[in-house]
Amino acid sequence: MTRFAAAFAKPRPALVAFITGGDGDTAANLDALVAGGADVIELGMPFTDPMADGPAIQAANLRSLAKGTTTADLFGIAAAFRQRHPDTPLVLMGYANPMTIRGADWFAAECAKAGVDGVICVDIPSEEDPELGPALRAAGIDLIRLATPTTDAARLPDVLNGAGGFLYYVSVAGITGMQQAAQASIEDAVARLKAATDLPVAVGFGVRTPAQAADIAKVADGVVVGSAFIDIIAEHGDAAAPHVEAFTRSLADAIHGAKEIAA
Amino acid sequence: MTEAPTLPNSLRTQPDARGHFGAFGGRYVAETLMPLILDLERHYRAAQADPAFKAEFDYLLKNYVGRPSPLWFAERLTNDLGGAKIYLKREDLNHTGAHKINNCIGQILLAKRMGKTKIIAETGAGQHGVATATVAALFGLPCTIFMGAVDVARQQPNVFRMKLLGAEVVAVESGAKTLKDAMNEALRHWVANVEDTFYIIGTVAGPHPYPELVRDFQSVIGEEAKAQILEAEGRLPDMLIAPVGGGSNAIGLFHPFLDDTDVEIVGVEAAGEGLGGKHAASLAGGKPGILHGNKTYLLQDEDGQITEAHSISAGLDYPGIGPEHSWLHDIGRARYEPVTDGEALASFQKLTKLEGIIPALESAHAIAAAERIAPTLGKDKIIIVNCSGRGDKDIFTVAEALGVKL
Repeated sequence: MTRFAAAFAKPRPALVAFITGGDGDTAANLDALVAGGADVIELGMPFTDPMADGPAIQAANLRSLAKGTTTADLFGIAAAFRQRHPDTPLVLMGYANPMTIRGADWFAAECAKAGVDGVICVDIPSEEDPELGPALRAAGIDLIRLATPTTDAARLPDVLNGAGGFLYYVSVAGITGMQQAAQASIEDAVARLKAATDLPVAVGFGVRTPAQAADIAKVADGVVVGSAFIDIIAEHGDAAAPHVEAFTRSLADAIHGAKEIAA
Repeated sequence: MTEAPTLPNSLRTQPDARGHFGAFGGRYVAETLMPLILDLERHYRAAQADPAFKAEFDYLLKNYVGRPSPLWFAERLTNDLGGAKIYLKREDLNHTGAHKINNCIGQILLAKRMGKTKIIAETGAGQHGVATATVAALFGLPCTIFMGAVDVARQQPNVFRMKLLGAEVVAVESGAKTLKDAMNEALRHWVANVEDTFYIIGTVAGPHPYPELVRDFQSVIGEEAKAQILEAEGRLPDMLIAPVGGGSNAIGLFHPFLDDTDVEIVGVEAAGEGLGGKHAASLAGGKPGILHGNKTYLLQDEDGQITEAHSISAGLDYPGIGPEHSWLHDIGRARYEPVTDGEALASFQKLTKLEGIIPALESAHAIAAAERIAPTLGKDKIIIVNCSGRGDKDIFTVAEALGVKL
């Protein structure tokens, strides 16, 4: 069983937590996420031009790059995480250019070497899958695709073709960390997606509080939280880990207790 | 550089069905935008097949923009250089003072066709912003222009023009606060407002079908130039020269001549302080990568982080280039030469004094390349240079560079 399958096989919804690599004390924050109860970790690869991100994650990208974070550093963080946490699924999330600049095969091999389970590339839609997808799949890395409110029924099969790990439902047409979607629209969307795929469906964008997360967890297999962690790291800098852990625990309790999923 | 593939029968059939110009172009956008991009393509195909669309486009270009723009034989510049005859394609005489309006007319007609009710655009120097605000005023649509805060500060006259035209100007505070960041912010706004908003991209970049449709709307430049040079000289020119930032004026001039393989094609990149220093020459100093929806040559570091461009010309101050230029560069159909800030400044003044034409700093880059090349060619040779815009907007920049207080 893959780490993703194991994480989503538990009889409760999963907390998927995102932080930007190289922003703050990333190793300590990753440990705090695991200790607080996060089920899946998304590690953001910083990029100069994070077009799909709101102000919080934009700033985290720039803070990380200003400290000189390199791609090699990111893989170092990932590999060390895998040493410390053999079972927690780890996803690299970022933009196409840093992932493909040395070739997709190089990137996929580095992911495999570092113990990365999956990759989310914001700006490679299914139409451009040859850019990255085949190399990842050949290396046994899951390519996690995004579905959005604008992904219609005609497109959905293309989005799902070649997808692995879990399906990330971006619940608002917009950028990260801004507004939250209406609960009813999330329920409808998740039902539509679940009818089309056996992959677990995690819902994200705009989820900032345990209460919001609990609502979504009632209808989804997982809830993604990112900008709210970034805000904590922005506030507390290198001493953010205890705050990250406490917030993670509040989210995990809310999400894990939202419903029981039949095995 | 990749080995040049065998040339197909026509160089004018790009991009392919997936929006690729050889290895470049494509649709590298977030999933949220993908259905919209596909919808735009469907509407563009329908518009291309609709004679009424072309008739309205042509009517507006003639009666609103003032086309055709003249092809001016620059006799005093030619005599001064002592070589090839130099003709200037006078895009500076268009309404709003540059080629940008050609594309804006085409795109706002598409927006109307798609039932979109709001217009957004990015702008660097403000020329595309002014052109977009102009057509938005003409069609009565609300318009938001994203402009880097640094550019807002250094291009106040254009900011005021846009506001007079009724546009809202958003000063973008992220990144280096210039054109690249304005484009990021426009994309962020678009993704959150896909239902009712049309994004008028100002150059031949971005996701497919933008590079194709912007090129098609700008190709009126080359089509006119071809007819005009045939009338003036009875033959095609030996060379075309145009400045390239994103490259829309250049592709507009070049594209109708791509299959006329005896016509040499020269694009001019902004070499800023020189290729060893800060510059905006993506082909000379960059390598292929993915940004803003397309794969193309980009200024970037070894990790694929985008580096800041620099040019005295705000319109060329962008770390990428349109994907069709990357393709023409790689197959060798066009060659691209760098021109520095200093060379452009000198040519700005020279053309003004010799021909009574104040060129945009963008256009001055092409003039500088012509000055370099024309003396090496015989007097029987003909060069067409794209005078893509007028330089009134640049007088403050030029005065500062020359140490003159206004």
